[in-house]
Amino acid sequence: MGMTVVQKILAGASGRRDVSVGDVVEPRVDIAMSHENAALVINQFNEVFKDTGRTPKVWDPSKIVIIFDHRVPAESAKTATNQKKIRDFVQKQGIPNFHDVRGDEGGICHQVLPENGYIRPGSVVVGTDSHTTSHGALGAFSFGIGATEMAAVWTLGRVLNVEVPGTIRVTVGGRFPDGVAPKDLILYLIGKLTAEGANFRVIEFHGDAIRKLPTSGRITICNMTVEAGATSGIVPADEETERYLREEAGLSGPFDRVAPDPDAVYAEEVAVDVGALAPQVACPHTVDHVKPVGEVAGTKVDQIVIGSCTNGRFDDLETAARILRGKKIAKGVRMLVFPASWRIYKRALKEGILETLVDSGAVIVNPGCGCCLGVHQGALGDGEVALSTTNRNFKGRMGNPNAEVYLCSPATAAASSVTGAITDPRKVG
Amino acid sequence: MAKVVFKIGDDVSTDTIYPGRFMATVLPSETPQYAFADSPEFNRLIREKKIEPGSVIVAGQNFGCGSSREQAASCLKGPDLVVVARGFARIFLQNSINLGLRTVICPEIEASEGDDLEVGLDSVTNRTRGKTFAVSPLPKARQAIVDAGGLIPYTRKLLLENK
Repeated sequence: MGMTVVQKILAGASGRRDVSVGDVVEPRVDIAMSHENAALVINQFNEVFKDTGRTPKVWDPSKIVIIFDHRVPAESAKTATNQKKIRDFVQKQGIPNFHDVRGDEGGICHQVLPENGYIRPGSVVVGTDSHTTSHGALGAFSFGIGATEMAAVWTLGRVLNVEVPGTIRVTVGGRFPDGVAPKDLILYLIGKLTAEGANFRVIEFHGDAIRKLPTSGRITICNMTVEAGATSGIVPADEETERYLREEAGLSGPFDRVAPDPDAVYAEEVAVDVGALAPQVACPHTVDHVKPVGEVAGTKVDQIVIGSCTNGRFDDLETAARILRGKKIAKGVRMLVFPASWRIYKRALKEGILETLVDSGAVIVNPGCGCCLGVHQGALGDGEVALSTTNRNFKGRMGNPNAEVYLCSPATAAASSVTGAITDPRKVG
Repeated sequence: MAKVVFKIGDDVSTDTIYPGRFMATVLPSETPQYAFADSPEFNRLIREKKIEPGSVIVAGQNFGCGSSREQAASCLKGPDLVVVARGFARIFLQNSINLGLRTVICPEIEASEGDDLEVGLDSVTNRTRGKTFAVSPLPKARQAIVDAGGLIPYTRKLLLENK
């Protein structure tokens, strides 16, 4: 019987000819990524070795990547102490792939991984972060796990007891209209599938509109598949994937383009015509509470956020700058911009994009997760409303359970910053 | 017999269970103080250790959606709560199993706070309402970890066997 992309990757990584949905496998891991929660992984890893008479030693230091992004620079003594513990561990275990709080190598883990060439098509990637789904954009099977599960990976080099997931095939046809972005497509899909519609499944993306998308947009889409509950999203590798890996990630081939078999069996098939899509907004307090922008236009906002692992890439900042050039952000509205990595920050600096944004009134914050998870760098006040290009709008997400978060594309965020209320980007010149 | 001490609906995210602003706290011994921090009444019961071990949280579909933060499971494991839900999000379910937090998939469960439940392997009986609800077995790959007492002993055993 034919296999989907993820079935093929799991079969290869488990030393099997084929696998069926529901089979239990223990795939070897190519990349194991953690951020600040490595502090907990280290604790659990040491627990595994406790009373065994063995010295804790990771299975393969070269396959572990640690990237500080969630709270950078440290917002508290506690975080700083955790980061210090992690630095000591990295040193002691000889882990070469460590991205500290530094302008020459840092950023958000889901941008640092692809742009530094850690992700290859056909590989198995795990990360102690739910948005590890992002790396399916490069044709890898990439999924989020908890800290204790990562401790097992660090010990054994494989993920224990993975059930081969079913796959939802999403075919996206048509051309993106002006003002409609990959973010609008994935918000629309999440609304259609619901927050648990893809739970325990993978979403495999096909169709002309996906083929024509640069890797940046594919990352946005795969990043948010977890908001429909998906184990991962995946775009089978193609010419664009290889272009990105060679030109932007500095890798050389050959690359393993894993394609699904023509007779692969899918749990569900969904078709979307992106040509008919309007900009979308996810309304409080769930990501699947999605409406076309027209239905919420005019909603007053206090804080606008552009950035994050979802929409902090160069083309996202460029879109915002194009809309804001020569304009001012409305009085009483604050706009925070979080580039996804320092590499992106530097390019946006060189090309004048940051200057345009600052001139319009935006505040540029250092690359990192920033206010997305509500720890620092932009909490909301009671009764305030945020419009954000990030990926979650759960109650309390931006640091205050008495505030509201709406999610949208960079174009919608930039257009709305000018008016101070949610605005259709197609209506701003 | 166990009491339902907290009842909550569908799509409860890990931000509700363990808000992001407390994520710098990672150790399982320290996380329970922030469990359901934005539900002050329930949080107070946990902090003041007024919850009987084995007490039950009843939830709807997709409990634990969102982040992979393991604090969301460890903060409930600390006070030895049991979560009976109509369904769980994947990463939360896996984290719970890995840490030994008892999670029960009970697709039709009906219960209110204060109800007395008998939580069995195959069914949950609501003694207050006189109704029994079927339990879905855990995904089979997960049961072996539960049987080993969690992922740490499970992994330790494999390590010692050089497997």
